[in-house]
Amino acid sequence: MARRTAPVDDWSRDFDVLDAGYIENPFTIWDELRQTCPIAHTDRRGSTWLPTRYEDITAMAHDIESFSSLEVGVIAVEGEEPEENLLPYGLPPISVDPPVHTWTRRLLLPWFSHRRVESYEAMTRDLCVGLVDSFLANGHADAAENYAQQIPVRVIAHILGVPADLADTFTGWVRDFLEFADDEERRMKAAEGLFTYFVAELASRREHPGTDLLSELLRAEEGGAPVEDSIILGMAGLVLVAGVDTTWSAIGSSLWHLATHEADRERLAAEPELLPVAIEELLRAYSPVTMARLVTADVDFKGCPMKAGDKLLMSFPAANRDPAVFADADRVILDRQHNRHVAFGSGIHRCAGSNLARMELKVALQEWLRRIPEFRLAEGAEVMWAGGQVRGPRVLPVVFS
Amino acid sequence: MRIRVDPDKCQGHARCYALVPELFSVDDYGLSSVVGDGSVPHQLEDKARLAVANCPEYAIEEVTD
Repeated sequence: MARRTAPVDDWSRDFDVLDAGYIENPFTIWDELRQTCPIAHTDRRGSTWLPTRYEDITAMAHDIESFSSLEVGVIAVEGEEPEENLLPYGLPPISVDPPVHTWTRRLLLPWFSHRRVESYEAMTRDLCVGLVDSFLANGHADAAENYAQQIPVRVIAHILGVPADLADTFTGWVRDFLEFADDEERRMKAAEGLFTYFVAELASRREHPGTDLLSELLRAEEGGAPVEDSIILGMAGLVLVAGVDTTWSAIGSSLWHLATHEADRERLAAEPELLPVAIEELLRAYSPVTMARLVTADVDFKGCPMKAGDKLLMSFPAANRDPAVFADADRVILDRQHNRHVAFGSGIHRCAGSNLARMELKVALQEWLRRIPEFRLAEGAEVMWAGGQVRGPRVLPVVFS
Repeated sequence: MRIRVDPDKCQGHARCYALVPELFSVDDYGLSSVVGDGSVPHQLEDKARLAVANCPEYAIEEVTD
């Protein structure tokens, strides 16, 4: 992805999360900021703050009075957005504060409970087996495009009750919406496509109700009245947008780590019982998601003069590399015992799909390692990373015997 | 050893259940509680400590009688 961003000279006063160097290796930048200026600022794309310490990021995530979720997109988009008229609440519950947050979240959470997620495990496993089958004999694959990218979108389609053969279309919309959010035209077109599709799906569920999430939301009531269509559409949009490239990025980053760290790959292949703990460590070290917050009123936060309307980037990935909380923070320790990572956020907006993400990551790694225990980056491979709201590899050529 | 989950702090990450399903149960909203009265069998004490040290909300604690 060739983006043109002005070079950054001073990361403390003029940072840019779309800088190519930051997308590829934000870790050294965070390390330096934590020591010199732990809450950085920029005026690029509006006045924005970037805390890098675990303590500050988790405190801000819990202070929902000062830091609102009414704007959670990392990339601010100028101009009129089509989804704003259609979706006055955005994509609830992620884009709202209580009280709307509270009841929309209660409607969504049971779909991603442990019990429900267990019921999606068999189809996820079949999917992963089929994907490995499709490239195993070749001796090489793009672990991002041919594997990681193909998994979550199909599981989410299953939950939403929409056809899995639209997976590529969904993937395109989600990438345009999040990854290419700074391309206004591309983002608007994707938002339009996505919501036009769900408007039609909603109409057809009204005629022929099923047992999927969309049908259940149409049956739901809040305060004795049916839930507004705009909220149902927003929730459906959220499940798709938040459930796809986030998890695919976590799967891709984990495979990148194993492809480039032979000892860890050998250990995980030899000790599959280590997987639950190892997954938490991989989530810590390569957390994909950064969320934004809106400063609600002028406030001095640890000497930073934040103004109402300023934006805050909750870099959970940076929190998870803070050496004040994690010993040897920049090293992956597969059996790390003390690991209060916040890859899924912290506080009331904890990722609603975290159980699902964890199951998909587990099954994806299990099925890959079972069939392909030995693999490495292809000779001369050019790995391409995406960043901004969600960080993960988009091109990841690997070879295996 | 005995442990408890503070329901006011728990945000439903369910990391405790993912790591040590023997000691915790979670409801449909992800909220965790200890199995029984929270007493930890001797052979699970290390795993109980693992759950305590992995809770991002500091919601699980060892109870000292």
